[in-house]
Formats: sequence, C-alpha cells, structure tokens
Amino acid sequence: MSPSTPASGTAYRGGARAWVGRLVPPALVLLLACLPLLDLRLPGVLPGPTYTPGTLHLLALAMVMAALALSYHLLLGVAGLLSFGHALYFGLGAYLLGIVMSELELGLVPSVLVVLVAGVVISLLLGAVSLRVTGIPFAMVTLAFAQAGSVLVRRDPGRVTGGEEGLRLPTEQVPDALVGVADTRNLYWLALAALVLAFLLVSWVQGSRAGHVAAAVRENELRVRVLGMRPFLVKLAIFVAASVIAVGMGMVHLLLNSGAVPHIVSAELTISLLLMVVIGGVGSRWGAVAGAVLYVLLNQRLTVLAQAAWVHDLPAPLRIPLSEPMFVLGTLFVLVVLFLPGGLAGTVARVRRWRGRGGPPAGADRLEDVDDEQQAATTGGARR
Amino acid sequence: MSTVVLLLFTGVGLGAIYFLVASGLSLIYGLMHVLNFAHGVFLSLGAFLGFEVASRLGATTWTGFAASLLVGALAGALFAALTERLLVQRLYERHIEQVLVTVGLGLAAVALFDGIWGTDPRFITGPAWMGRTTSVLGANVPNDRFVAILVAGLVLLGMVLFLRRTRYGMIIRAGVENRAMVTALGIDVRTAFTLVFTIGGIAAGLGGVLASHYFGYVSPLLGQTLLIFAFIVTVIGGLGSLTGAAIASVVVALLQQFANYYLWGTGDLAVVVLLAVVLLTRPSGLMGRRA
Amino acid sequence: MTSTAPSADPRAATPPTADPVLRVRDLRAHVAGQQVVEHVDLDVAPVGVTALLGRNGVGKTSTIKAVLGLVGRSGTVELDGTDLVDLPTHLVVRRGVGYVPEDREVFAGLTVTENLRLAERRGSEHRYDLVYDLFPELEQRGTQAAGTLSGGQQQMVSLARALLNENRVLLVDEPTKGLAPRLVQEVSRVLARAAQVAPILLVEQNLQVVRDLADHAVVLTDGRSVHHGPAADLLADEELTQRLLGVHADSGPDAAGRRPADEEGPA
Repeated sequence: MSPSTPASGTAYRGGARAWVGRLVPPALVLLLACLPLLDLRLPGVLPGPTYTPGTLHLLALAMVMAALALSYHLLLGVAGLLSFGHALYFGLGAYLLGIVMSELELGLVPSVLVVLVAGVVISLLLGAVSLRVTGIPFAMVTLAFAQAGSVLVRRDPGRVTGGEEGLRLPTEQVPDALVGVADTRNLYWLALAALVLAFLLVSWVQGSRAGHVAAAVRENELRVRVLGMRPFLVKLAIFVAASVIAVGMGMVHLLLNSGAVPHIVSAELTISLLLMVVIGGVGSRWGAVAGAVLYVLLNQRLTVLAQAAWVHDLPAPLRIPLSEPMFVLGTLFVLVVLFLPGGLAGTVARVRRWRGRGGPPAGADRLEDVDDEQQAATTGGARR
Repeated sequence: MSTVVLLLFTGVGLGAIYFLVASGLSLIYGLMHVLNFAHGVFLSLGAFLGFEVASRLGATTWTGFAASLLVGALAGALFAALTERLLVQRLYERHIEQVLVTVGLGLAAVALFDGIWGTDPRFITGPAWMGRTTSVLGANVPNDRFVAILVAGLVLLGMVLFLRRTRYGMIIRAGVENRAMVTALGIDVRTAFTLVFTIGGIAAGLGGVLASHYFGYVSPLLGQTLLIFAFIVTVIGGLGSLTGAAIASVVVALLQQFANYYLWGTGDLAVVVLLAVVLLTRPSGLMGRRA
Repeated sequence: MTSTAPSADPRAATPPTADPVLRVRDLRAHVAGQQVVEHVDLDVAPVGVTALLGRNGVGKTSTIKAVLGLVGRSGTVELDGTDLVDLPTHLVVRRGVGYVPEDREVFAGLTVTENLRLAERRGSEHRYDLVYDLFPELEQRGTQAAGTLSGGQQQMVSLARALLNENRVLLVDEPTKGLAPRLVQEVSRVLARAAQVAPILLVEQNLQVVRDLADHAVVLTDGRSVHHGPAADLLADEELTQRLLGVHADSGPDAAGRRPADEEGPA
C-alpha cells in the first residue's frame, strides 16, 4: 500500500531503459559537483548565478536538509515510526560538535568521532525508552524528549550553548578551507558529499535485513513476531541509524552556517522534515530529497516574496497570507495530504502507471496506519 | 510554608490550564485516535479574539472579561468543529493523515496569527481584582489562579455531567471503548467526532483566555507551547481518560512549579523525566485501560 | 484458491433461492490489506435459523463482519432485495440487521441500562417487555457496570441489545462460546424464541446447539462457501460432517472444539 518508489515504478520498463535510469543519479551528482564552476541562472528559483556564495549556500542548505529528510524517511517511510523529535539528533550533532571543539579543544576530526559515538549512545538510550510505545504515543514521547533538549539548549544551564543567541563555530579548530564566505564552494561540496553518503547509507539500511524486517513490521507486526523476530530490536536499529545520520548532518550544518541556533533543535524543525517527506512522498527516497529541496527553495522564495514591495501594497486579506511563508507552506501541505496521497513520488508513479496501462490508476495510495495495532487493541473493531 | 502554599496554588492554577487543553486532546484521541496538533490553535484563537473583545468592551471590566471568556469558548468551538468537518472527516479512519492535516493547519494558522497580530506578545490586562493577590495561609496568591481553577473545575464538572447524563455522552464513552461496536448498534459515530472536537474547542478557547491572564500576555505561539505540555499530560494521564487528564494536569504542573523553585529551574526537564518514568513503568499512563 | 470442490453434489454448492431475507453473493472481505473472505454465497431464509459452519479460521466471523461493513468488502449483500454493500455499518444496521458479536463486546464501563439504551431506536420502548421477560436479571442489574458481569450475563446484554429493535435478520456470532452447559441451554432457548420474531444467521461451534436450532446450514472452507443445504441432512451425513467441519456429527457438544486462546488470523 505504500506509495511505490520510482525504482519500483520503473520495473515494467525495458532493460536498456533501466540501465540508462541507473546512470541518471551519478550524472546528476556530477552536474551538482560542477555547479560552483558554472554560471547557470534559474531566475525565480535561485537567487543568483550558481557560482555566487549566496546561491551555493542555499543549495548546500537544501542538500543538508535533503540528507536529513532521508534519515527521517528511514523512520517514517521504512519503519513506519512517526517521530516528532528527530530535530533533537540534528541539533545534537551541531551543538555537540561546537561544544566538543571549543570546550575540549579537540580538532575537527577527533571531535566528529566523539560526537558520532555520543550520538549512538544517546539515540540508543532514548530510542529504547520511546519504542516501548508505538504509533501516536511514540510520536508524543519523541516530541517530549526533543522538547527537553530544546529547553536545555535555550536555558543553557552549563553556559555552553549560547542560549537564545546560539553557538558560534569555534573556527580555530576548523581547517581554513571550511571557514568563511569565500570558501562556500568547499562547504557546498561537503554538503553534496554528505547528501550522497546519506543516500547510500539509507539505501544500505533499507536494503539490509533490518530494513526488510522493519518494513514487514510496518505491514504486520504480529506476523513478524510469530516468525520469531524481535520487532523492538529492528525498530531500535533503524531508529539509531536514522539518528546517527541526523547527527552527522547536524555537524555539516554547523560548519555550513558557522554556528547553531536553538531553532535547529525545535519541534518546528522536525515538523518541517515531516512536511518535506510527506510532500515528496512517504516511502520514497527520491521523494524525500525532492520534497526537501522543494521546501527549502520555496521557503526562500516565499521569504523574498514576503518582503516584495508589491505585496506590501496589497489589501490585508491578501497581504497577510502572502507575507507569511509558513502559511503558504502549511496550506500547501494540507492540500497535498488531502488531494495528492503519495506526494510527488506517488503522483509520478501514478502518472507513469496510468500511461503504462492506458487507463486511470486503480485506488488511491495512502499512508500506512502506523497505529493500526494501537487501534485494533483499543477498539476491537479491526480484529480479523 | 507560604512559599509552598503559593507554589501549590500557582501549580494547580497552571494545572487548570493544562487540563483545559489536555481534556479535549484526550477525548479526541480516545474516540478518534487522532493526535490533534491544531489544538493549540483553538487556544490561541480563543485568546486573541477574547483579547480583542475585552479591549473593545473595556479590558478592566468584569463585563469585558466575561465576554472574552464567552467569545474565546465560541471561537474555539467553531474553529474546532470546522476543522473536524472540513479536514479531519475527509480522511476518515486514516489516522496518520489526519494527524498530518492538523500539523499543517497548526503551522498555517500560527503563521496567519503572526501576520494578523504580530509575533510580539500582546500584554493582557483584566479586571483590577484579578491582578491583585489574596492572602492564603500567609501566601499572597494572585487572584487569576482562583479564576483559572474555578473555570477548569466547572468545565470538568460540565464534561462529566455531559458524558454521564446525555445520550451523546454515552455514545462518546462507548465509542472510546469500542467504536466499531457503536456503529454496529446503528449509531453514526461521526456526529460524536464533531462533538468531541467542539467540546475540546470550547475548553481550549476558555483555556486560551485564562492562559493569557495567567501568563499576562498572548502570542501566536502560546497555544503550541502549551500544547506540548498538554501532550505530555495526556500520555501520563492515559490517552482517552478524562479523569487521567485531570489528575495528570495537576501532577505535572505541580512538579513543574516545585522543581522550578527548589531544583534550580529544572521544571520542564522534571516533567520529561516523569514522562519517561511513567512510560517505563506503565506504558498506558496512569488511568489508561491497557496496563 | 481451493482446487477441489469439497461437496460431491454440485447443487449443494449453490444456495437455495426461495426469497431469502438476506442474499449474499460473491462476498469478499479484506482486513489490513489481506483477503480474509474469498468468495461467499449464502441465503438467510425468511424464517428459522441458518447456521454458518466451518473449521476454525475459515472466515466465519469475517463473513459476518463483512455483511455489516465492519471490514472492507465487495460483492453483493442484499436485504429484502436492496443492496447494502456500499452503505456504512450504521446504515446497514438501521435497515434492520441486528448483531450479536463474538465475545459479546459489551461496553464494560457503561451500566447494563446504558448498554441497552445505546441500542435503542424508534420503537425500542415497546420491546423492553420482551427483553426483560427473556432476561429478568438484566432489569435487576440495571445499574451495574457491564464489565463486572459474568460471561453469561454479558451474553444476555449482547443478545438484548439486538432484540431491542425489530430487525429483519439477526447475525449471531458464537453466542455459546465459553459458557457453562446450563447457560448454553439458556442461550439456545432464547435464540429459539428470537428466531420466531426474525430469522437468524448463526455462527456456532457447538453442534448440539446447531442441531437444536438450525434449519439450514452453510459451510465455509478457506474463505469460500462450499456447501448449502438443510442442517439436518448435513449433520446426518457423518462423512460430510467429518470432512467439512473436522468433527464427528454424533459426538458430544464439546467435541466441536473450542477455539484456542490465540485468535485465528492477523490482529
């Protein structure tokens, strides 16, 4: 029932075309890698030519968010876990890297290793507690833990996070190549490498035994139990994998933005991840990437639009909605959920199927009810 | 001693506000299995419209205050009923998508409130008596705490009477237990869905007006901030249990107040720790039916 | 797909068509994306009891739920010639389909009186006499929470809820499951009386109860209806009974084999 990924949507195509299809991702990566050296302009989409620092920074941000959305896809799309606390691990990566570098005065590479180990330990602990419940209660618990993290960062009891002001990147520990506006290109390439790495990692986890079992658990937990497997451990493994990828992206984000602000630990950030993944299409890796890129670019465009002079001259009923990017994005999201089940990926797959069969698609895609089990247990209505 | 008394009243007053948010959340979840992320919006809308009405009728008069409560409740009810009918019901039985729709609505509405009322807090004044304090056992307790406790108590009483004494109340109680069987008795349970949203909206709208007096301001994020604590209260109390929500509201708020005062401002963390402890020992919450 | 038609007589594989109250054709049902009923045809005659039989896990309960629309379904479900398959459950029920679910499913937190009041529809007030006549205990225990009743008493509440309305047909799912022999007789007596008012489609494992009550029998195998005919003929044919139901027709009531504690099928 889950929206088919582009990969499965191409299954009917001929071998030659599938072979070409396999070449598209490397070609795309190559093109992206060359962007800083090119003078491409996409007026209305990008703020300037592709070699300018502003545009590169925006694209790098989009790629970091895409990688983060991919890790969220592991939770929601693969394991069927609706988490509202994923930002905790993103924020953890960013803040902890900064803190380890400035407080322990370690270099970048050892600090990264320390933070990764800390990420594994913390996500194991919190995941083990959160996964005692499933479905909606799981969502609430993860939200609460992330909220605690957010409060810690804002209150700053140990005088290390910078409170509301945020944390500045301790530049003395970072190689010069990764510091400053002039070197945006390097940061851009770093973000691209991080995205590719995240994509490969997510694909690997998804294709591993744990990924298959997790998908089976999402479909039918009872049957997996009957087969003698432990859904808890599998879910925990996926949870830790997703969290550690998020920790890694948080570290890239710290370097990219030369600092961290409390927003990156907030529930709003997790919710924007949810928006990206759902708009892109739950269950699809390409969907998560596309959703994230769309979200970041749209958010940037809408922010520019909100400050445009002609918008300010509009009457209030038009001006107020247009000058609030989140209003437009939130509304867009509601419309996607109501009218485009399966998001972008699901729609693409449907259109392909429709063309392939020469007939309208049968049945709408819909999300898995991750709380089916919960519901069955409480209503008794879904039994058998 | 006076500190303890003051913390007690402040805590119960805050608990009253938590209850006004959590009661609706819990009923909605219990009956429909929907986690309503737009619930904070009902609260903020109630607070803002209540503020607007009170400032037009005279913020310092009792008439203005009473009108703000009434308008807050009505605004919450109407917005909640529309949310259920226009968005949630279209996704009947698709729980995750229902949650997503309320998430989107929450985002859009908060942004809209930002646009209308600005992101900065609006400071609230009420009748002069509410700004003063009353001496209880040596503690000077702000009077707005009493009002919050009184209103929440009345709402609890009203909800209990509604659930116990009316046919729809009976349907809701039965539906929380076993929704499929309610429909198998020939009852259209969707009417009950709209009803629990409306009731939740009334409570949240009242909660919004009271919260704006309790904290002294109203801002677009007021509702969403309280919502997170209300979620915690709902899980600790046991999803779907009104009694659980009432008890957990007070417990959580008291813990928060006392930890903030005696444990160096760690109230929010103490609440999360309590949540973790409850989940580890009783995953279904204090009054949850599945132990 | 079952490859062999278990019934030797081809006529037995198609239901009789003498003006049934409930006419089900090619019913399919799915739960959580899984097909649990493949192809069921059955008729409920305008009078008497039609028994729905089969081994554990063949889809009897799912068939009943599919008729009500409690699980996803397709096919034809005609009540007095009107197709109900597209109606939501509450409208199916209001057309006059009474339901006594497996495991009673009383509302444990509600009182006995409240359980009955929930079932009330137009005209129910006249039927309290019948219900309290059948189950005088329910009148005495009106204020007791249904969850605190014994299994037999809960079954009475569940039956009473269905009998409070003038139904065209009653769907009764394993009413004697887990009851003591004395209560089994009691339930059997009540069903016999209820069948005089409205025809019953009865899922029942206790063959003695089937023998006492049923006029017709439909047998399911692997989500398909494979046998239709007079109940007496089926139970008289030892070989057929053994093959279709996996029990000896002449064995005692308990030989029907209670369902094991873990339920069939996915949760």
